[in-house]
Amino acid sequence: MSQTNLLDRRAVVATMLRDRKGIVAVGGLGASTNDMAAAGDHDRNLYLWGAMGGAVMMGLGLALAQPDVPVVVITGDGEMLMGIGSLATVGMQKPGNLSIVVLDNERYGETGGQTSHTSVAADLVGVAKACGIADSQAITTMADVEGLVPKLHELKSGPRFANIKIDGANVERILPMRDGTFIVNRIRGSLGFPPL
Amino acid sequence: MHARTDTSEQQTAAWPEEIYAVLQRYDVRQVPYVPDAGHSKLIERVLGSDTMRGIPLTTEEEGVALVAGAWAGGQRCALLMQSSGVGNCINMFSLIPLFRLPFFTIVTMRGEWGEFNHWQVPMGSTTQAVFELSGIRVMRAHHAGEVREVVEAGAAQAYNACTPTAVLLSQRLIGAKVFVK
Repeated sequence: MSQTNLLDRRAVVATMLRDRKGIVAVGGLGASTNDMAAAGDHDRNLYLWGAMGGAVMMGLGLALAQPDVPVVVITGDGEMLMGIGSLATVGMQKPGNLSIVVLDNERYGETGGQTSHTSVAADLVGVAKACGIADSQAITTMADVEGLVPKLHELKSGPRFANIKIDGANVERILPMRDGTFIVNRIRGSLGFPPL
Repeated sequence: MHARTDTSEQQTAAWPEEIYAVLQRYDVRQVPYVPDAGHSKLIERVLGSDTMRGIPLTTEEEGVALVAGAWAGGQRCALLMQSSGVGNCINMFSLIPLFRLPFFTIVTMRGEWGEFNHWQVPMGSTTQAVFELSGIRVMRAHHAGEVREVVEAGAAQAYNACTPTAVLLSQRLIGAKVFVK
């Protein structure tokens, strides 16, 4: 499954979040959440520093609560594998406003680069399709990333899943804020909910 | 001990409807669950609801993460599971203090009252301690007649006081599952 000409993760995330309008973005534990910070802090960014395997379910809870707001989960292959069953849960609920994007470098980059299951066997696009997420695609070019961007704003045509092959380079750590209560309440505030 | 059968009092008990009414009063909108026979009437009620969305999970920890997302999006959840599922949630429970979630779960107990299947006993024996170690307050209904009151108090504490709460429904009130007659 390994290949050349893999995409740069920072360029991929920056492209997806450019002109993001109302998008709420959930960043899975690890480099993905840092990529979101690198693209620019935003009051609708849900940065995760733990809870591995939970990113897609947080996106689902948000998408069901806010059907008029596009929700995009950006996570890595390791985090996705830990919550793989949540694709079946999403496939059953079918929220039209939820997109799941996996930045797949085929390794556990935060812990020393150990290879993950996607490097030899696991086909996440196949899993997502088989779980009932019909719009599931493998992305290997920036042109395809550009093609994905407008779909991230659609509210009725999801759920969708995209697996983007990225290179395994360790990029500069750009750390987001890590006060969870502040992060969640900031999102709530941006959606119009006052403090308790 | 009393057994749970198709004709048992659980089938006609009022408490599942009473729980539903409490959840409705507290404007609960998402009800994630892993099916359990003890919760079956309540689950049916939720799936037929106009205001609540029942969300089947593949594993209970998904429900904790869903609660977090729903709260970020402005909705309240109630997580329904059985005692064995509590162990599946442990790391995800971290989200509750980190996000200060109004977490509320209703747990049907196994392995504590007339249980046939001893595989249910280890987790059933540690359910309360797991919750308490995770910073979640535990309340318990022992008898059908007190379910409404306990769930009402637990919901108030969870949603109004933002104090994470689990209500355990004793196996005694649900009835033990019958494997052999």
